[in-house]
Amino acid sequence: MARAAKMLLNVSAIRQDFPILQREIHGAPITYLDSAATSQKPKAVIDATADYYTRYNANVHRAIYELGEEATREYEGAREKVADFIHARSPNEVVFTKSTTESINLVAYGWGLKGRLRAGDEIVGTVMEHHSNHVPWHFVKDHKGAVLKYAGMDDDGRLRVEDYDELITKRTKVVTVTQCSNVLGTINPVKEIAKRAHEVGAICVVDGAQSVPHMSVDVQDLDCDFLAFSGHKMLGPTGIGILYGKSQVLEATEPLLGGGEMIREVHLGKSSWTDVPFRFEGGTPNIAGAIGLGVAVDYLKHLGMDAVRRHEIELNEYALERLPEVKGLKLFGPADAKARSGVFSFVMDAAHPHDIASILDTEGVCIRSGHHCAQPLMERLDVPATARASFYVYNDLKDVDRLVAALQRAREVFA
Amino acid sequence: MPEADELYPEHILDHYKHPRNKGILEPASYWARDTNPLCGDELTIYLRVDGSERISDVRFDGRACVISQASASMFTEDLRGKSVAEVVRLGREDVLRNIRVSLPTARMKCALLPLHALRRALGLSPEAPEV
Repeated sequence: MARAAKMLLNVSAIRQDFPILQREIHGAPITYLDSAATSQKPKAVIDATADYYTRYNANVHRAIYELGEEATREYEGAREKVADFIHARSPNEVVFTKSTTESINLVAYGWGLKGRLRAGDEIVGTVMEHHSNHVPWHFVKDHKGAVLKYAGMDDDGRLRVEDYDELITKRTKVVTVTQCSNVLGTINPVKEIAKRAHEVGAICVVDGAQSVPHMSVDVQDLDCDFLAFSGHKMLGPTGIGILYGKSQVLEATEPLLGGGEMIREVHLGKSSWTDVPFRFEGGTPNIAGAIGLGVAVDYLKHLGMDAVRRHEIELNEYALERLPEVKGLKLFGPADAKARSGVFSFVMDAAHPHDIASILDTEGVCIRSGHHCAQPLMERLDVPATARASFYVYNDLKDVDRLVAALQRAREVFA
Repeated sequence: MPEADELYPEHILDHYKHPRNKGILEPASYWARDTNPLCGDELTIYLRVDGSERISDVRFDGRACVISQASASMFTEDLRGKSVAEVVRLGREDVLRNIRVSLPTARMKCALLPLHALRRALGLSPEAPEV
């Protein structure tokens, strides 16, 4: 295909780095279009986790012997790589958790519920959040009597930023927003929202699970107070998540987990905690996961995040051109390729998203169907579920062609 | 992985495209709604019984996928004329027998949704005991 030759990233070379993409299903290459759920892993990441267990497995931070030194060096090295990747001021602003979900819970619980929030304080979210940025705040509402408010969206999937004029008041203590919707692909103006939050002395908590893997994110430029994201959506292993926090905000946050690794002194009946960020990493951490994540960051930096983003915009333009060819398909989210990430949710009048996904599965095309952990957004869109195709660095225009062909086939089956 | 026509054979597509017993029954002797939280499917079953507790009419309604629509269409056909005592004893095999194709685990709940709604309607726990 003529357009494929112009693509920014060398996708056929990239695909060689991903062992799973060498598999064939029904004699066809895997068309993996579910990276918004989890990305595939390059061999370098898989090898790095195996290398830890094979050559220098030891617990981190306190072992005196050489193996422990090596494990600690690599684990802390991964923290430095992540800090550099998101332009944090210091590695001490990077907390390793197990997931984006745990990261947001740590904020809601450690900064909000146990710490800074009082009855009547207001938390402003949006209608397009993932459940992991809804439910932790429900806890705060239920236990503290905090008040929850939500910014809405337009029919084309754009966040109604003008809603903040009414929503953000002197009572607002937290403004939380996803940088990129996991359903619509909408990219939200986080920098502007953080500024609005700070004008009333509130903190800005950003869900970066769908943005950090796909675009250059600079926490100093955004000036957000917290940024939560996951390793497994950015070519890294599962079970490793990240919470970035401004150091003074982390200092004001209480730990979620008490136990080993996070203490300074423990006596019968009382304890004191060690420094940030280690006070938030109670228990033996996911050492292999962090090391694998560090290598994933290396891989993405090698590709260049600007190139990753431009590649995705190319795929977006092509998908926006081709998906409407499928009769009876309704696409959600912004029509502008640059206003969104490579996440495409849609419904078809021929059948339920589950059936669409099942038919696509028989053609080796992996997409997701369901509510995508965003039931409030499904209600707003007035659909029980959507089908969702999402792109990453190993996808090219041919994957869009395969998707469209499989959707046409689904339409024939159910018409 | 099955081919498309293995997962969606003619009898499933026929019941999906031409559902039997679809609609609302008012008044109903028993009715209940069940949902599949994994996919947002929702299905309501309505039963009307005669003086001898035998099902004289049955309907289903809701927003659901091909598998659960077809399953509900076939299952409600089976229910008509049965006594409530018989219906209470129906289990997952009575539903899956109609489907006739081997379903991926993720789709099993879709097929069983009409059974779960029926059991709720009769005041039973949605999961039928294994026999």
